[in-house]
Amino acid sequence: MTQAIPVTITVNGKKYTREAESRMLLSDFLRHELRLTGTHVGCEHGVCGACTILFDGESMRSCLILAVQAQGHEITTVEGLANDKDNLHPLQQSFWEAHGLQCGYCTPGILMTMIPFLKQNPNPSEEEIRHALSGNLCRCTGYQHIVDAVKLAAEKMK
Amino acid sequence: MKPAPFEYHAPTSLEQALDLMSQHAGEAKLLAGGQSLVPAMNFRIVQPGMLIDLNRVVEMSYIREEGPGLHVGAMTRERQLEFDASIEKRIPLLHEAAPNIAHPQIRNRGTLGGSIVNADPAAELPVLMLALNARLKAKNNSSERWIDAPDFFIGMFSTALEPDEILVEIELPFMPARTGWSFMEVAPRAGDYALMGIAALVTLDEAGKCSNAKLVYLNAGEGPVDAKQAAQLLQGETITGKLIDEAAVLASQKEINPYGNIHTSIEFQRHLANVLTKNALKQAIQRAGELQ
Repeated sequence: MTQAIPVTITVNGKKYTREAESRMLLSDFLRHELRLTGTHVGCEHGVCGACTILFDGESMRSCLILAVQAQGHEITTVEGLANDKDNLHPLQQSFWEAHGLQCGYCTPGILMTMIPFLKQNPNPSEEEIRHALSGNLCRCTGYQHIVDAVKLAAEKMK
Repeated sequence: MKPAPFEYHAPTSLEQALDLMSQHAGEAKLLAGGQSLVPAMNFRIVQPGMLIDLNRVVEMSYIREEGPGLHVGAMTRERQLEFDASIEKRIPLLHEAAPNIAHPQIRNRGTLGGSIVNADPAAELPVLMLALNARLKAKNNSSERWIDAPDFFIGMFSTALEPDEILVEIELPFMPARTGWSFMEVAPRAGDYALMGIAALVTLDEAGKCSNAKLVYLNAGEGPVDAKQAAQLLQGETITGKLIDEAAVLASQKEINPYGNIHTSIEFQRHLANVLTKNALKQAIQRAGELQ
């Protein structure tokens, strides 16, 4: 029953080959096999959005994808956004400046949701931002500062 | 919160997938987008012995114009429906409803066929299949058949598919001329399961009378609920405010059979159905009028 299946995936531009049991979730593969713990795990049933990653450039829940399904695909995690800790991505910088996080648990998922959103909507309205945020739960901020941060990011990324 | 062990197969053609299904009928479960199946497996509500993953069967993902409608591969992502130009133009009800299906992250992965086969009474796509008179093509490794949407949904999370069959294609007729549409739902947050929802279609003839109407509800019974009597009330009539009120009462009080849940009482669901019916009919009639 417990097959070990070889998996080769590209994460943040780097190719990794590991073995994974068929039932291993992509979120656990990223965290435990690749030690990329920036992707957070909240509810593990697709509700909280903390584990959102980019799968071939599109935002998806990594807890609802099996690691073996990522074979041959390109994944981007929050670790892939900044070049180094002194040069944050403009979206990260905006979250810093606008206080878009308190505990930070939900932040990686929100950033990975907002990257493709801002690409598709470079001038989003507040309503559009709130709608795009609806799949990510935050229990600290009340969302207002997250909305502000996304607005600021849209300005910076113009 | 981790799935129980299972054997995993990832066929790269429909033929391989159908062969696997015939060998393992009953034991194997198909994995489409996994946006309902994987949570159920994480909770261990579902523990299939085998998963047949359709995500590498690229031939099952397409949107093609064919005759008087669109033929859509079952593995087409919900997000593709949302942004498809021919759907926007020829089946605007589906275009308008698509953003109501969960969140963008879910629509990026979730599929048309997966949501239909899951047959969740609270889901949007089964309701839309009924409203749009869709036909569903099922295949096993020796034959294929077409199933009309009303015959496909046979109960809560239950469909007419046999254990060795795969839903491969969905035929969506273009919406008829002079047909107005509306999709409305009420959810606690955008993207959450709706407490109540409706897909409405109204066709007006040249004299402005209703020649056809369709009212289908979500989270209103064991499956998508087609309120035929309420629609019948409108048929052949010049639709007045009074008639709309009567149709709304009939549908919300007699035809739907909601169960209530932690977020809503049955009474509130009936109230929502009443209000949504009126609002959706008004919008659909207005749009049909604009198309005259």
